[in-house]
Amino acid sequence: MSLLQIEDLSLSIHGAPILRDVSLSIAPGEVHAVTGESGSGKSMTALAILQLLPNGAQATGRVVLDGVDVLTLSETQMCDIRGNDVGMVFQEPMTALNPVKTIGDQVMETILIHTALPRDRARQRAAEVLGRVGLPQDRFPLTRYPHELSGGQRQRVVIAMAIALRPKLLIADEPTTALDVTTQAQILDLLKTLVAEDGMGMLMITHDLAVVADMADRITVMRRGEVVESAPTRALLSGMRHDYTKMLFAASRHRVDLPPCPAPVPLLQVRNVSRDYRLPRKGLFGKPGWFRAVRDVSFTIQKGERVGLVGESGCGKSTLTRAILGLEPVQEGQILLGDQPVFTGHRPNLAVRRRMQVVFQDPYGSFNPRHRVGRLITEPFHLLADPPRGAAREAAIAEALTAVGLTPGDAGKYIHEFSGGQRQRIAIARALIIRPELILFDEAVSALDVSVRAQILDLLAELCRQYDLTYLFISHDLSVVRSVTDRVMVMQAGEIVEEGPTREVLERPSHPYTQRLIAAAPVLPDLGAA
Amino acid sequence: MRRNLWLGGALSSLVVLAALISFVWTPFDHAAMNIPEKLQRPNAVHWFGTDHFGRDIFSMIMVGARTSIAVALVAVGIGMALGVPLGLAAAARKGSWLDELIMRGNDLIFAFPSLVIAILITAVFGAGAINAIIAIGIFNIPVFARITRGAALSLWEREFILAARVAGKSAARISVEHILPNVANLLIVQGTIQFSLGILAEAALSYVGLGAQPPTPSWGRMLADAQTLVSLAPHLALIPGVAIILTVLGLNLMGDGLRDYLDPRLRVART
Amino acid sequence: MLRYALKRLISLIISLAVASLVIFFVIEVAPGDPAQFMLGMNAQPDTLAALRAELGLDVPKWERYLDWVGGMLTGDFGTSYTYRTPVADMVADRLWVSLPLALYALTLSTLIAFPAGIYAAARRGRAGDVAVMGATQLGVAIPNFWFAMMLVLIFAINLRWFGAGGFAGWDKGFWAGIHSLTLPAIALALPQAAILARVMRSSLLDILGEDFMRTARAKGLSRRQALWRHGLRNALIPVLTIIGLQFAFLMAGAIIIEQVFYLPGLGRLIFQSISARDLIVVESVVMLLVFAVIVVNFLVDLAYAAVDPRLRSRT
Repeated sequence: MSLLQIEDLSLSIHGAPILRDVSLSIAPGEVHAVTGESGSGKSMTALAILQLLPNGAQATGRVVLDGVDVLTLSETQMCDIRGNDVGMVFQEPMTALNPVKTIGDQVMETILIHTALPRDRARQRAAEVLGRVGLPQDRFPLTRYPHELSGGQRQRVVIAMAIALRPKLLIADEPTTALDVTTQAQILDLLKTLVAEDGMGMLMITHDLAVVADMADRITVMRRGEVVESAPTRALLSGMRHDYTKMLFAASRHRVDLPPCPAPVPLLQVRNVSRDYRLPRKGLFGKPGWFRAVRDVSFTIQKGERVGLVGESGCGKSTLTRAILGLEPVQEGQILLGDQPVFTGHRPNLAVRRRMQVVFQDPYGSFNPRHRVGRLITEPFHLLADPPRGAAREAAIAEALTAVGLTPGDAGKYIHEFSGGQRQRIAIARALIIRPELILFDEAVSALDVSVRAQILDLLAELCRQYDLTYLFISHDLSVVRSVTDRVMVMQAGEIVEEGPTREVLERPSHPYTQRLIAAAPVLPDLGAA
Repeated sequence: MRRNLWLGGALSSLVVLAALISFVWTPFDHAAMNIPEKLQRPNAVHWFGTDHFGRDIFSMIMVGARTSIAVALVAVGIGMALGVPLGLAAAARKGSWLDELIMRGNDLIFAFPSLVIAILITAVFGAGAINAIIAIGIFNIPVFARITRGAALSLWEREFILAARVAGKSAARISVEHILPNVANLLIVQGTIQFSLGILAEAALSYVGLGAQPPTPSWGRMLADAQTLVSLAPHLALIPGVAIILTVLGLNLMGDGLRDYLDPRLRVART
Repeated sequence: MLRYALKRLISLIISLAVASLVIFFVIEVAPGDPAQFMLGMNAQPDTLAALRAELGLDVPKWERYLDWVGGMLTGDFGTSYTYRTPVADMVADRLWVSLPLALYALTLSTLIAFPAGIYAAARRGRAGDVAVMGATQLGVAIPNFWFAMMLVLIFAINLRWFGAGGFAGWDKGFWAGIHSLTLPAIALALPQAAILARVMRSSLLDILGEDFMRTARAKGLSRRQALWRHGLRNALIPVLTIIGLQFAFLMAGAIIIEQVFYLPGLGRLIFQSISARDLIVVESVVMLLVFAVIVVNFLVDLAYAAVDPRLRSRT
């Protein structure tokens, strides 16, 4: 008998259909992964089980949990089930905890609300549960506040709250998406252990196919509110029946063909660069401390070379990016483009700036919503002494938009009329328009769905052939860096710990940190339809 | 909710219209005393009745609207003209001594309610509408500086500002070209609210004699004059009070409506 | 925590110092010589000089400033130009009317606003919410002194439940004092309560959308439990700011309301002093008002730290 049986679940919010006839089931002790791109309805399916849907949601069908259809239960009955029979873990550990309550109080709350335990017994239970998720009392006492913990530690607290009463079903909605790859591996291990020890069923929602393949006994693929395909993991990986599933997996392991590098001529030289940040004063009259975000970093990028920079959050890669762009001065060392310094004295060097451009991560935040595309992508013209005007300007806009696969007519539109992938194309058009010698891609495909990401990577390869691009590709995602770079640098705690040809570094890492990074990254098994 | 916008806009327009018409026409001369007809209740001739000097209250309300609107509007203008650039500058130089100076200065002004500023100014220069404007205007500066800085700070974190910096634009240019248009909606909404607060403040200052001086009519002073007569002729207090309430209510409703209408997130949801 | 408090304390002292400078020098630029004003136009030069010496007007400005500040620190506010009595005594009597009035109003405003705001937030979009929001919209628009006049008209003149004005004095007993401050306090409190209720509601609604509220619900807390246990304390943070700001408005508002009820408070004192050009009294009363506002905002800062652990440990 299955623990959870969803039959023909349909859902609409204020009349707009979100889910259509979704069916899936989970047996006790089974890990069932639901995957799909954004808008597939995978998170809504999870919320429907707990009846934590947004206002205006209308659900039909059956969601049978342990023999009871939860859609027929009253709100009071649902409260008894939530946290007791079903625990839930959310995506964003930074905001999932109440900032003004201690972690002990928050874990105890799950226990107190469902059981008649006295407070001191509940406190003891909370301490045990926190120990189970890897937060032992000697280092993480119950009196800690969420802001005193890292993202991974906070996610452990959320998990502790969810499993405190040993629920039959654990729902995890993108539990590791917001975490670094090494932390992700630890959290996934923890979830696996807990599921095995308690014999829980687990419904895992994730967009990451490598995580899915690694964790799940059974996979359901969703698209636009419908189930596309559902099968045991092994069977699905070896014999995908649906085209969408095939496309999804193909896009995840998408590789592009880069043209060969030209003969080495140094373009960007970073020499012994260090960047310090001032920390708040320790004592009232104490000296302010300094935090060295980038330590003595040196490297060279050759003309026509495609270089990757990988590292986890806080390793200093964004700081280094800003320093190269000349947005912030460095405390030590020098950054040269060609032979000219990026920063002269306290002023950024405009002659150098016009030879560099950047593409940012967030397709929604990187454009002024009040300007039209034509004005947005010509902003770098500001760097030119004699920017093109009139027809020449129009021609430049048309060429840039065409180069990234859009049409010249798009110049008259506003940015909200475009999808995330199209916006990243526009961002690339903005970077290309002054024909820079170097482009920095700062996590430029990290926010995109896999199918869109594959298209953008193809575009990059195409542009490399057309324009002889030189770029620095900053990313936390090893699989993407493997695909679009010739050489890679690995950064840890402000230092570059390893560098070399991409293939070599990723296949035979020599530095222990690189080895750990690569071991932690989940990979798609090479089964079937590859 | 469009209803707020319409209702608020209609009420506010009515008051502005009355003020504008009063320049060319009022039923009676608002300053003309007519002792025999004093203290009349509202009737067919004197629509809102007459005061203790026999002056026509309807005419006085129309002309009084002029004073209220002028004082509040100029005060908002002062607050915006000084507060917005200060807020932009503070955000552009976040954490610097300039930012610190502007914000501490703001905190300091917040410790002086507009009435206290008015008292100080009056103590030095004497009472008058100009001083009321300055007092309310000074108090508006930190309001606009703070709201501009807050909104600008979050914009400075956005990647499109980074993109503009990569394009070599100066902080001043970015503030004008990218930050200002994106905080404009917020400023319009806040401006409406400060406008309504200005009307209330002007009324309060005139009531205690620190605002517009006779013969300039003002709603606040009409209330002060009515105070001793309130049991005898309640309409003297009722009518100017209702005029103030409807004006402020109209502006507030319009502000709420504008906020809902201009909020880009809501607009996206509507289209 | 201690470091945070100390930092706020230093900022408090700097604010007070700058505020006193501003007030002193604004008053200093006032045209006219107080001694001349007191003695009239045809006073003898030597009488004038004697009076100037008596009032301490014959020393340099910065020295007078230091005297003034030093005096205030020791409770000596100088001598009134017109009454020739210590300003401290005059102010102390009046303060016992104005300060209780402002605190009374603040208490009323909070007692009304919290339940109203929480109720409206809990019933968002339903009839109860619409009714409360409509009432607050009206409340925000009402000038408090006009409202006071209406209260007098209804409850004092027509119903005769309260006196139409004047102050019984605390020596007649606590309740007699409270009774004569009740109408003024209500008049002050209601418009402020309307603002506070709106802030409370929108702050709670913001919190209701936070991730941790969903986490709380996923634990099995009902909507109401989540609101009380997790929502309220977080929502208090912006509400505290407004309460601090409101104190400034209530002190100022008290000055005006005193005119309606003929209360012998700071308001009466300050307006009498302005018309008598008794600038040293104006100066001291204004400083006192600003002092009260700055101190209350300091207390609000400390209250922040009590509510929000992030502030306690950051510094």
